[in-house]
Amino acid sequence: MSSPPTAPPQPPVTTPDGGSPSSRPGPVSRVLALLRNTWRGLTSMRTALVLLFLLALAALPGALLPQRSLNAFLVEDFYRDNPALAPVVEALGGFEVFASPWFAAIYLLLMISLVGCVLPRTAEYLRSVRQPPVMTPRNLARLPHHAEGVSAAPADDELARARDLLRGWRRAERTEDDGARTISAEKGFLRETGNLVFHLSLIGILLGLAAGKMYGYEGDVIVRADGSEFCNSSILGYDSFRAGLRVDGTDLNEFCVRVDRFDGTWLPNGQPSTFGASVGYQTGQDVRDGVPTWRPDEIAVNHPLRTDGDRVYLTGYGYAPEFTVTWPDGQSRTGEIQWRPVDQSGTQLSEGATKFERPGVTDPERRRTSQIAVTGTFAPTGAVDPQGKLVSVHPDLRSPTADVEVLLGDLGIDDGRGQSIFSVDQQKIDDGELRSVATARLGIGDTVRLPDGTVVRFDGVTPWVNLQVGHDPGQTWVLAAAVLMVGGLALSLSVTRRRFWVRVTPAATGDGSRIQLGGLARTDRAGYGEEFDRLTAELLDPTDTKDG
Amino acid sequence: MLVDPTIAMWSDRLFQATLVVLLLALVFASLEYAAGRVARAAARQEELAAVGASGATPARPGDDGTAGRATRTRADRHGRIGVSLMILAALTHLGSIVLRGFAAYRWPLGNMYEFTSALCLMAVGAWLVLVRRHPGLRPAGVFVLTPVVLLMFVTGTVLYLDAAPVVPALQSYWIIIHVTTITLASGLLLVPGVASLLFLVKRHGKPASWAAKLPSAESLDRLAYRVTVLAFPLYTFGIITGAVWAEAAWGRFWGWDPKETVAFVAWILYAAYLHARATAGWKNSGAAAWINTAGFATIVFNLFFINMVVAGLHSYAGV
Ligand code: HEM
Repeated sequence: MSSPPTAPPQPPVTTPDGGSPSSRPGPVSRVLALLRNTWRGLTSMRTALVLLFLLALAALPGALLPQRSLNAFLVEDFYRDNPALAPVVEALGGFEVFASPWFAAIYLLLMISLVGCVLPRTAEYLRSVRQPPVMTPRNLARLPHHAEGVSAAPADDELARARDLLRGWRRAERTEDDGARTISAEKGFLRETGNLVFHLSLIGILLGLAAGKMYGYEGDVIVRADGSEFCNSSILGYDSFRAGLRVDGTDLNEFCVRVDRFDGTWLPNGQPSTFGASVGYQTGQDVRDGVPTWRPDEIAVNHPLRTDGDRVYLTGYGYAPEFTVTWPDGQSRTGEIQWRPVDQSGTQLSEGATKFERPGVTDPERRRTSQIAVTGTFAPTGAVDPQGKLVSVHPDLRSPTADVEVLLGDLGIDDGRGQSIFSVDQQKIDDGELRSVATARLGIGDTVRLPDGTVVRFDGVTPWVNLQVGHDPGQTWVLAAAVLMVGGLALSLSVTRRRFWVRVTPAATGDGSRIQLGGLARTDRAGYGEEFDRLTAELLDPTDTKDG
Repeated sequence: MLVDPTIAMWSDRLFQATLVVLLLALVFASLEYAAGRVARAAARQEELAAVGASGATPARPGDDGTAGRATRTRADRHGRIGVSLMILAALTHLGSIVLRGFAAYRWPLGNMYEFTSALCLMAVGAWLVLVRRHPGLRPAGVFVLTPVVLLMFVTGTVLYLDAAPVVPALQSYWIIIHVTTITLASGLLLVPGVASLLFLVKRHGKPASWAAKLPSAESLDRLAYRVTVLAFPLYTFGIITGAVWAEAAWGRFWGWDPKETVAFVAWILYAAYLHARATAGWKNSGAAAWINTAGFATIVFNLFFINMVVAGLHSYAGV
């Protein structure tokens, strides 16, 4: 709790089962006592504090060690650099801190502690809202804020004035034995309200997060920006897919996206300026209804496509060079597949492998050994470095150039083993089943002739985009809870819980009365002094004020 | 044109001017602080003399004696000059930041240079407001100025970047909301960090002579609490807006990116501070002050170490 308990100190709780100290407690009550003590220990402020620290401490390795969920390559680097240490870190869950059991244990304990702390307080709060403000203390002069004075007006008038002034405060009026009349007033309940809202919202955030972990998913897919389509119908459509614990992929929202164009603009130095993809999409309903039209939209950084409760992001782009292979018999095939950017500095220098099978070959053995792969490096704006190597000097398609190496032989695609779309099987090259037959530097329209007369032509380039689809049914709840949380926090830290007492004693003789005032702020925010002084000034005639 | 070089140059000049004026302010604040100590020592000697002579109640330090009064007024003058210089620095600083925005034609909080610079301005601003409200705090100004001047120096040298447009991820109105609140909160939190550190010196350190003139431990503690109570909800809001932005920019609202993780750690520490301060034993023993100091240390760590060494999605910070 972020403020001192506002309830008056409670007398020590008498245990319902506690007999006289001489009677020995039975095993049941001992277990109960243990449970109760554990519960009390767990829900004490001290425990909450220790758990908060543990949580902060436990999160730190998540920032300092490479995390598999963020960047698996960095984890591999760590293995390479610290071969002895890495397995230990792995065993302790150091590469997946936020999925580790000990991290979960800490925050679950903290949540239990929080619930145990908040629920009794909520009850206490509800009770005190219904109770009238506490009695006026006997001796108001002992309070941190106090003042008194005499008035010529009768007690009734003074009380009416006080009542008027304290409008908006919770008040209770009492008459004391000696005829003095008092008003107890209280303000600032919102502090406690805010505090409870804050803590309950934290639990809300956690529940929302849990819902996301259970029912959310995230997938990546590369789509060529030439009118190619992607439908969110099954996990198989994705290049990679991360499913929530309760997601088996049979129940995806079946919307479709068609990528018409990729637009990028860059500063002269190659720094990206804007990215966007013109798309059309069909909602799940459109797909089910067989609507033939596509709704136009633009996906950009900071502007995902939102449909069916899912979000589609543009998280990357690259190029797919197109090659046409023409065999000596005149048959030809055109291949276009994405190559992947390999340069960290964002020039979009790419590598890949575009694979072909010779058409019209019936003999399986001949077909297997006459496969062709066009591999190599692609630069959207090609230039040659002093060593003669192709580099890219700009990510835009200003002068597309490919340094290709054409491989002929068995690509291994019939082996039944999956292989990367970005490369050929190195084993086949090492085994001599796949041989390099030509290398060339090609601009668009250039060709290279293989020894057997086959011609490979570099036709052109199409950009592709990486789309990331996200589904998280919990996120709206998390946001709502988070907003409530700040609201509660701001309330509980800005409102002062304060009390004000007025005692008016009718003068023994005549009409006049004696007024005593007292004030107490329950929290150490500054400012109550001023408010008290203002109230005092209003209630007491300045000439006869005896300030304390 | 993408960047106006003339305006950018004036922004840089104002930044340099700010640093110089802050240095001067630091000199005067130090003079004030040192003179205060002299005055106090002188007053103490007079006190002893007075007690020895007549057994009268000792004078309040610095209230009496010509030597004491002379140094005190001089200290006061130095203090006033220091504050005036801080006001001047705040104005040139603001000018520098605003001109950055015009030069690059965008919200001027797009990289670590701009961010840290603004953070320093917020800290100075917070201190000026505090001193206006509680003039008794003024002599402690030197302790706020020292870290600010250091940070400004690092900002102007190590972190400096030419004005330039930002990457697509930062082209969003969320930069105004997220980064501005985080800057404001971080700048404000510098003050409680310093106050808590001084509290610890006062409480636990040997009563070193330089610490004698500090405000009382109680007022340092109260200062730390009041500013934290203001800054913590802001920081929370800043983190939440970061999450909202991340949902649009990075595809998820929370992904334990290093910057997010350390922001979380700092948040937890400040939450712990508020709890600790509400627990009597922790408040008086100084545990709460330790936590507050650790909280600010974490913010600084997040700013420098995470940006420059670890690097994650926030790494457009540009160093
Ligand atoms: C949950 C998500 C986020 C959290 C918790 C978060 C947290 C923070 C924190 C603590 C800072 C303080 C300065 C520092 O230590 O460097 C900061 C600064 C900043 N944040 Fe975020 N942030 C989030 C998301 C984002 C997003 C999505 C963007 C933009 C794409 C962004 C852009 C910035 C910028 C430009 C700064 C200025 C300082 C710098 O360049 O380092 N933040 N953020």
